[in-house]
Amino acid sequence: MNINMTLIGELIAFIVFVLFCMKFVWPPLNNAIEARQKKIADGLAAGERAEKDLELAQAKIADELKEAKAQAAEIIAQAKKRAEQTVEEGKQRGETEREAIIAAGHAEVEAERNRLREELRKQVAVLAVAGASKIIEREIDKDAHSDIVEKLVAEL
Amino acid sequence: MAAEELTLQSHIQHHLTNAKMCSTENGIAFNKACSEAGFWTWHIDTLAWSIGLGILFLMIFRSAAKKAHTGVPGKMQCFIEMIIELVATNVRDTFHGKSKLIAPLALTIFVWVFLMNLMDLIPVDFLPAFAGWVGATFFGMDSHDVYMKIVPTTDLNMTAGLAIGVFLLMIGYSIRIKGVIGFIKELTLHPFSASNPVVQALLIPFNLLLELIALVAKPFSLALRLFGNLYAGEMIFILIGAIGLFQLPLHFVWAVFHILVIVLQAFVFMMLTIVYLSMASSESH
Repeated sequence: MNINMTLIGELIAFIVFVLFCMKFVWPPLNNAIEARQKKIADGLAAGERAEKDLELAQAKIADELKEAKAQAAEIIAQAKKRAEQTVEEGKQRGETEREAIIAAGHAEVEAERNRLREELRKQVAVLAVAGASKIIEREIDKDAHSDIVEKLVAEL
Repeated sequence: MAAEELTLQSHIQHHLTNAKMCSTENGIAFNKACSEAGFWTWHIDTLAWSIGLGILFLMIFRSAAKKAHTGVPGKMQCFIEMIIELVATNVRDTFHGKSKLIAPLALTIFVWVFLMNLMDLIPVDFLPAFAGWVGATFFGMDSHDVYMKIVPTTDLNMTAGLAIGVFLLMIGYSIRIKGVIGFIKELTLHPFSASNPVVQALLIPFNLLLELIALVAKPFSLALRLFGNLYAGEMIFILIGAIGLFQLPLHFVWAVFHILVIVLQAFVFMMLTIVYLSMASSESH
């Protein structure tokens, strides 16, 4: 094997290639890889953080839900109580109204009865006068004996 | 019989000869005219293929680097980034200390050597025959005088060039980290040391000899390992290619095995470079 100028040529080519690689090839590729590694690491960390946040949020939601339920239960209980109260009041009002209506009815009925009785009494007086006049015939002057009839009517 | 042997031999010889270029008094000369030129010869096929593949590597990676973004990577970017990650991981694990040079150096060695080794999988006669045809058709040359060795790493000049580059870096790192005095101390005061100054002075030559051998053995082993593996592989491809029809299954088997060798040798060259530079830049042995 003969060593010759080729060796020098290859040595120079080698140096040039290495320098080119060092200047223009290695840094951008290596930087890209390292930047991506960092990006991925950041992404993973962010994911972990988000998971933790989610857990916290879920715990908060559970707490709030519990509170809301308790509040709702309280509101419902209050509403029930008020409804009962209202029903009770209504019942009472109805009762009084009923009594009032019944009393009014009673009063009306009483008044009607009194009126009828008066009327009846008047008719009985007329009938009594007519009967008596038939019995006595003319002997009774309507005007002269009206006081008697009046008295009779009042007695009825 | 004798004639056939001769042609087989010349066929193999033809495959193992680089295309040469040199300058003589009469201007630029090629191939056989360069037998006298000695060291001042250029292997133009090795140079052209290696530099071409180096530029191909840089173009592919440069285009990926330009398009690199931090979002979801495409398939091409994924592939390039896989290679980058492989190199970066090995550099991180092996080389302790900060250096902007080691990782791109390792990447260049790995991909460049891999691409050059990959040329070994192109059937051995394709490109040389094509080059012979081009030479005969367009330049009026005898096609046997056109040489084309397409695997640059089967040329010792190529692997030695890489190894010497790494060797220079090793010395540079040693001096930068430990200083000239520290480097000389490392070469002379290890592995044998004594508290008595006279004994220590006597031990210095031994230490220097041992350490220098250890130091120089590193680039030698780098260059010869890659060259030897690929040269042997190429040789077997050429021999298989010479046996006629039965070459097909054999060629397939050897090519499949060679895929392993190609990647492995590129990886080994890269790893040893990192290890040597790591050793050079660490304080103690």
